[in-house]
Amino acid sequence: MVPLSWYIVLSAVVFSIGVIGFLTRRNLIIAFISIELMLNSVNISLVAFSHYLQSIKGQIMVFLVIAVAAAEAVVGLAILIALFRNKPTVNVDEINLLKG
Amino acid sequence: MLPKLFFAYFAVVIVGTSILVITRKNPIHSVLWMLVLFVHIAALYLFLNAEFLAAIQIIIYAGAILVLFLFVIMLLNLKREEMEKRFQKQWPLGVFAGMVFIVFLVLILSQIVVFPQLGPYSIQAIQSEGNLMTVGKVLYTEYLLPFEITSVILLVAIIGAVVLAKRKVN
Repeated sequence: MVPLSWYIVLSAVVFSIGVIGFLTRRNLIIAFISIELMLNSVNISLVAFSHYLQSIKGQIMVFLVIAVAAAEAVVGLAILIALFRNKPTVNVDEINLLKG
Repeated sequence: MLPKLFFAYFAVVIVGTSILVITRKNPIHSVLWMLVLFVHIAALYLFLNAEFLAAIQIIIYAGAILVLFLFVIMLLNLKREEMEKRFQKQWPLGVFAGMVFIVFLVLILSQIVVFPQLGPYSIQAIQSEGNLMTVGKVLYTEYLLPFEITSVILLVAIIGAVVLAKRKVN
């Protein structure tokens, strides 16, 4: 039997890799993919908890997370296309219209 | 022993492919490594007796979301971005922050103890009527309202995507 903490540590490592990718990459598409990575790592830990606590609620939560991830990807990529139409770049350093 | 070996294989592949995803220069390569990652995560779900979620992972993530990413990458002309540096100027700071995050999370989470207040859905109980039926029963009774709200979120996403991506006609 694999201990529960192994799954949780795996999930934490994948989440941190997603954080690093989001913080360091210049390409906006890769930043979106990093967000998907983070959502997936949370899903791993939810399913592991659901299995080890013998509760089905974790799986329901993962189902809802997948639906929200799909909505997030769709809206994010639509924003990306609208942005690309005004300024043909996906580089986050050059997208500074709000002067942030 | 054998389950631990299986888990070790899946863990190594998942961590390795997720590092490849965030380091590839070409976004299409990133997305294709993401596909390998999703298949292995689905296998991990099978390992945890969540057959329905394994199928959903393949169908929704690999089948819909990744294809959407591929469409958008191929729609945009990214020749210039592939020539440039792939990381931002402040990337050492980002890697340092992520490493600190990993160390703290692993130190804390490797010692968690879950209080064994087990629920009614043991493996035998789930297998007696099937994973899909168990999930469906709970989803359509106890979690009916969140399920309906999810449909509203998807509707908002559809409308938002159409409004944002529509070309302005003057």
